[in-house]
Amino acid sequence: MRRCVLFFMLCLLLGVAPLVARDNETLTLVTHDSFSMSEDLLAVFQSETGITVQILRSGDAGAMVNQSILSKGNPLGDVMFGVDNTFLGRALAADLFVPYESPLLKDVSDEFKSDAENRVTPVDFGDVCLNYDAGYFAAESAAIPESLVDLTQPAYKGQLVVENPATSSPGLAFLLATVQQFGTEGDYTYLDYWRDLVANDVYISDNWSDAYYNQFSGSAGSQGARPLVVSYASSPPAEVYFMETPPEQAPTASIVADGMCFRQIEYVGILAGSSHLDAAKQWIDFMLSVPFQEDMPLQMFVFPVNPAATLPAVFEQFAQMPAEPVQMDAATIDANREAWLQAWAETVLR
Amino acid sequence: MGRNGFALKQVFIWRHGLLLVPLIFLTLFFFFPLLTILLFSLFPQGQADFSGFLELMTSAYYCDTFVFTLIQAMLSTLLTLALAVPSAYVFTRFQFPGKTLWMAVATLPFVLPTVVVAAGFNALLGPRGLLNMLLIGTFHLETPPIQMDRTLTLILIVHAFYNFSVALRLITGYWANQSPRIEEAARALGVSDWTLWWRVRLPLLRPALIAAALLVFIFTFTSFGVVLILGGPRFATVEVEIYRQANDLFNLPMAAALSLVQIVFMFVLMLFYTRLQRRMVVSMTAQGAVARVPRSPGQRLLVGVTVGGIAFLLGSPLVALVLRSVSLQDGVGLFYYQQLGTNARGSVLFVPPAQAIGNSLLFALLTTLLSVSLGTVTAYLLSGRVSRLAALLDPLFMLPLATSAVTLGFGYIIAFDEPPLNLRTSPLLIPLAHTLVAMPFVVRSVLPALRAIPPNLAEAARSLGASGWRVWWRVEVPLISRGIIVGATFAFTVSMGEFGASLFIARPDTPTIPLVIFRLLGQPGALNYGQAMAMSSILLLVCALAFVGIERLRKAGIGEF
Repeated sequence: MRRCVLFFMLCLLLGVAPLVARDNETLTLVTHDSFSMSEDLLAVFQSETGITVQILRSGDAGAMVNQSILSKGNPLGDVMFGVDNTFLGRALAADLFVPYESPLLKDVSDEFKSDAENRVTPVDFGDVCLNYDAGYFAAESAAIPESLVDLTQPAYKGQLVVENPATSSPGLAFLLATVQQFGTEGDYTYLDYWRDLVANDVYISDNWSDAYYNQFSGSAGSQGARPLVVSYASSPPAEVYFMETPPEQAPTASIVADGMCFRQIEYVGILAGSSHLDAAKQWIDFMLSVPFQEDMPLQMFVFPVNPAATLPAVFEQFAQMPAEPVQMDAATIDANREAWLQAWAETVLR
Repeated sequence: MGRNGFALKQVFIWRHGLLLVPLIFLTLFFFFPLLTILLFSLFPQGQADFSGFLELMTSAYYCDTFVFTLIQAMLSTLLTLALAVPSAYVFTRFQFPGKTLWMAVATLPFVLPTVVVAAGFNALLGPRGLLNMLLIGTFHLETPPIQMDRTLTLILIVHAFYNFSVALRLITGYWANQSPRIEEAARALGVSDWTLWWRVRLPLLRPALIAAALLVFIFTFTSFGVVLILGGPRFATVEVEIYRQANDLFNLPMAAALSLVQIVFMFVLMLFYTRLQRRMVVSMTAQGAVARVPRSPGQRLLVGVTVGGIAFLLGSPLVALVLRSVSLQDGVGLFYYQQLGTNARGSVLFVPPAQAIGNSLLFALLTTLLSVSLGTVTAYLLSGRVSRLAALLDPLFMLPLATSAVTLGFGYIIAFDEPPLNLRTSPLLIPLAHTLVAMPFVVRSVLPALRAIPPNLAEAARSLGASGWRVWWRVEVPLISRGIIVGATFAFTVSMGEFGASLFIARPDTPTIPLVIFRLLGQPGALNYGQAMAMSSILLLVCALAFVGIERLRKAGIGEF
């Protein structure tokens, strides 16, 4: 009887193993929790290529990259989508990917390409920009800030919400924009700038959802009292798109002045150790193709890197594009992230 | 005859080795992955890397973090117990309308994601919240009188908000089993109310009080979302630091050092607790306290204050949330609920609410079954009064509560990557991870009840000719059933509300309700926010129904015994 019980328990435990065994024609896509695409488009890819796509999700880009580093050599899947330039350095340093140069890459502008060996392929980009409450600024006839320095002026005291760069991806992007603008050495460094922001009563939220919905006043869904928030250039069109009755004016808008937005680029790469190289290559080509690139804006609220893709009307009408977004090399970010965050925490929090 | 005379032990534990099953479970799904990741982190490429410990020891920052973590946990525990004990008294002693409902309301906060709770508190206590508006309106004030955002006070209040029901249920479950005779005897001797509380009631309650304090302490010690979101970036617990080091900086030696410090601290604390606990066993024949209708004005006031307090402090953030879910741009309606069921963008991310509810219920049911059966067996295993082994094992079963989800998530990825245990991408990891967290609740709620059973009871039944099985089913189960029900309720609740495991385990798409809320809140726009509030309301409704159902089941069950 005792043996029976133990044997039964073991069978129960081992019985689950076949559930996760891989099928030969299955391509496993490792991605973050925000990944989305049209069901129809996925069905087209699957029927045209005969490849079944299984989607494995982790929390955010950071969690996904960390998990992939831990499972290096025996990867969780075949391709990884969603590593962005703030985590790319870590992924490349860990040698997670095998190179692949997609034939479609030649049309993509060089500003998006971050790896000469093509271990990763850019798929989309998004700009982290300040959003403002259009209703508030119109009602008060107040001037909209035009530079990062403006945000330290008395006129904007107590008006700005940012995310904690240590725990939030847009928060880190905004910190990097300030590093780029003010530098780490000299009379007025990024840390001096942050001291001035704190003196001007900046609110530091833990994450984007809390900042945007609980502290910011501009969103049609939000509850907060502050009219300026660090969000994305794609948030204003999303606001319009996600309204019960589409308005003529967006409730929010982005500030896209030079040096105020940070460009995040998301990449896809084939995980080293994958045994479905051909299928993985087909998937990468598919992600760069016009149908997928045109599907992305309304699914993930990001912009296509393929210049042949056209934007949906709501983006054309309500999204502002920064002319000079801040761009920073992935290796530089990876080498300095910890030191910058540490210094930021010591300046701002203590 | 010692404690080992329990029927369940006689029947299957010694004879069939059932006793080992919880240990095997814990070893396989907790210690194995935990040790794997700790070794991996501290000995990368075979070289010891203790830089994390060195930094821990020399840095004032980590010392401050540890002290803050400890102090806020102690204060939170005290506040929670101070609120829960009088409420538990009211719930045990008095009969009043909607008792089951108020108990359910008290438990509901436990399932809500922190961002949603933060929104609820904003609506209640925020600068433009209900209470401030009321005070400004009444007293014609210029500025909001309540400014609690980003303070330790708010952290403590929200911790009490989350954990109130843990203490309330544990204490009520235990108290309801106590015979009113001791108290009647004390009253007959003419003791004052004060003496009655300090010398009779609280000492008799000690096993449940300490079990509740322990759970609340561990929960608030490892608090994460509440501190990050409501406390703001100036406050950090050890758990927050582990998360930052592991997830954002990928500094594994540091994360491992912090995890180890937290685990060892908890283990020592638990060892101390088990020593303490052995001296406090109160055996009694359970007769069940009798709940009366409150008669005197004082009693009515007490019941009124308790119910009012629960309704206001715990209920109003929930009501604010439900109101948001039906407030549309123009007027009131169920639009957001309808939208939950339509895949407007034809997206692969779309989850029909029925499927999310189904997944959540399935995981919660699996978690409840696993943790009740494993937890009850564990309680038997630990129930020995003098066993040194039990004193050592008891803390081990609590350790999953003290372990960060990030750490364990990493452990799963490197430990379960080979057949036959290639589980790292299996959806089953979610209920297994939930069970690790839920099991301690079952153990803590069943163990005091089990210890309170007088040893001669089973002996008497056996000497009357009852078989071991029969003694277990007819004598022991009725006496521990309240404890089991309390444990089951929490196992269910933990699983319904938890989604850390989902974030730190790579999984095929089996979205639960909290995950859907998290996704909706990750995108801008009124529709997303409205749907997130609608989904949160659905989560509340499903849990409330489940609590009422469990309560019915209990009453039906007790009727049989």
